[in-house]
Amino acid sequence: MNVLLELTKELVSGKIKVIDLTHTLSPEFPHISLPPEMGQAWPFRIEEVSRYDERGPAWYWNNFSCGEHTGTHFDAPVHWVSGKDLPNGAVDTIPPQNFVGPACVIDCTEESGKDADFLLTKEFILQWEKKHGRIPPKAWVLMRTDWSKRAGDAAAFQNYDETGQHTPGPDVDAVKFLVAERDILGFGTESIGTDAGQAYHLRPPYPCHYFMHGAGRYGLQCLSNLDQLPPTGAVVFAAPLKIRNGSGSPLRVIALV
Amino acid sequence: MLTRPKRKNPVLRTRLPTLPPGGRSRVALGLTAAAALGRFELQQCKDCGMVQYPPREACQRCLSVKLAWKGQRSGGELISETKLHHSNDLFFRERLPWRLGLVKLDCGPTVVAHLHEAAKKRISIRAMLDRAGQAVLAALPEKEVVNMAEDRQLREFTCDPKFRKVLVTDGKSSVGQSLIKMFVEAQADLIWVGYAEPWKQFPGFAELQKIPQVTLVPLDVTDSKNVREVAAEIGGKVDILVNNAELHRAFGIGNRAGVETARSEMDVNYFGLLRLAQEFAPVMRARGADGQSSAVAWVNLLSIYAHANFPPHGTFSASKAAAHSLAQCLRAEMRPAGVRVVNVFPGPLDDEWNQLLPPPKLAPDALAKSVVKALQDGIEDVYPGDVAQEWLERWRDNPKALERELSA
Repeated sequence: MNVLLELTKELVSGKIKVIDLTHTLSPEFPHISLPPEMGQAWPFRIEEVSRYDERGPAWYWNNFSCGEHTGTHFDAPVHWVSGKDLPNGAVDTIPPQNFVGPACVIDCTEESGKDADFLLTKEFILQWEKKHGRIPPKAWVLMRTDWSKRAGDAAAFQNYDETGQHTPGPDVDAVKFLVAERDILGFGTESIGTDAGQAYHLRPPYPCHYFMHGAGRYGLQCLSNLDQLPPTGAVVFAAPLKIRNGSGSPLRVIALV
Repeated sequence: MLTRPKRKNPVLRTRLPTLPPGGRSRVALGLTAAAALGRFELQQCKDCGMVQYPPREACQRCLSVKLAWKGQRSGGELISETKLHHSNDLFFRERLPWRLGLVKLDCGPTVVAHLHEAAKKRISIRAMLDRAGQAVLAALPEKEVVNMAEDRQLREFTCDPKFRKVLVTDGKSSVGQSLIKMFVEAQADLIWVGYAEPWKQFPGFAELQKIPQVTLVPLDVTDSKNVREVAAEIGGKVDILVNNAELHRAFGIGNRAGVETARSEMDVNYFGLLRLAQEFAPVMRARGADGQSSAVAWVNLLSIYAHANFPPHGTFSASKAAAHSLAQCLRAEMRPAGVRVVNVFPGPLDDEWNQLLPPPKLAPDALAKSVVKALQDGIEDVYPGDVAQEWLERWRDNPKALERELSA
């Protein structure tokens, strides 16, 4: 208990800072697009119920709607076919202790700035470990690209051309390595998917979804403010909404630094 | 000749819209029903063949009650003309002088008609909807004259895009791009073009940007906040709103699990219209009499399936039926301001969502042309192309038969 008391004291004193890693949910925020003949996730939408008016004289409130995978959001193992039969694989059954973990922030800003299709490799991770130490078990591994800084410009954030989306992500070996040899809790990115924009063409397609969720690990997408986290030492809290058999959820992700 | 109106003096009050007398008997609404489609029909006695005017319950010659509305020859002879310099009617009072004439129609009756400035001796009569939405007779020159559409009186019955400002709500679709092209040809002053999901590159975007009349505005009819903001920004200047935003998927009930696709169709096709109407209609109503380039028309791209469900595109049909019903509500609400609601009911379009339907399919250009022509001619219900025309006739003749035919 002493540790928790110390923690709250340090929070009050401001020695430990709370960083919000979440984008604001708004209708303008870019949403996932699939080919038009497929089923589509709802973008975030909001309708006013009343605003101190004839619809409700003393109160203001809204109805909002969105898909499970909207804005800054959490991916549960059941999201992917590879994780469909795992126990405790939906947002309501994941053990809550898995929502908290140490963060390892791998800075790929320079590389993804030069190449929007940049793929994070196992070799890149090993180089990072040389500088910052081995990734501990049950850690969130967050791929920093500063992609979140494009969020004000939906076209730049989505970065489509005629061959599809161009955003950075991990390659096949990196994902396998993080799961099998580093036993991580989950993988987080700043772009719209944990996989790269062109990951459909990797083998298997969407390796981060395939292997992470297949091994019961989680995903975090559309993270923000990763530039305010140290490479190691931060703690991330990422608890999704408790939706029965939910495949994911928008959530508020915070980090203690 | 019509000249581009001067910029409006912003310190002067905008006049409130007034309407010409709008009362009609149920029988007289037969003239309106035909005029809404751009047709000139009068009652004709089934017993003695006499053509009747004004509309009545019994034949004025043989007293038979078997009177049927039938298309009539439009030719006639001008017998006399009158120029009105005084009127106690608020609408005409503001538009004096007003030319009227007595016309002997080739099909029989002698009628009083609004007289085109160039109408002399031989005339062509047209039943047109006035600002109150009711049919009146207009006498036009028999042979087309230069700038015929620009007659001051005639423009009270039409919604000509010339020198007007237009909003096309979806510039991404082929229909949207055809509409823009046709409005440019019709000399619209300015064309705002909405486009949703700006990150999706769409064909024709670069070409649109090059058209000097075009201003692109991010507009997503599923986003209430966005619609409100666009209306706040440009709503006060839109004279003609064309809502062509549409979501079309080819599913019935049984071949698409769940409601998500149907809900998306409703969200664009029905709620999209509702959102636009709530935000744009009030300000357009306020500008129903705003000088030469007043707010005049609201166009809805519906579908012939709004009348009878086409089961292979069943949920789409349902969303268009809902939109049609709402468009009737909008029409009633816009009428006091004299702003016309034009509903367009095309058959299958030649676009990607009708890929598997065999021809004939309506080309987007042909649809766009018919929209502009309907505005120029003052038509309210548009059935562009042969397929839509044929289905209209079948539907009017026997709605139940059409239901069975479409579900065959």
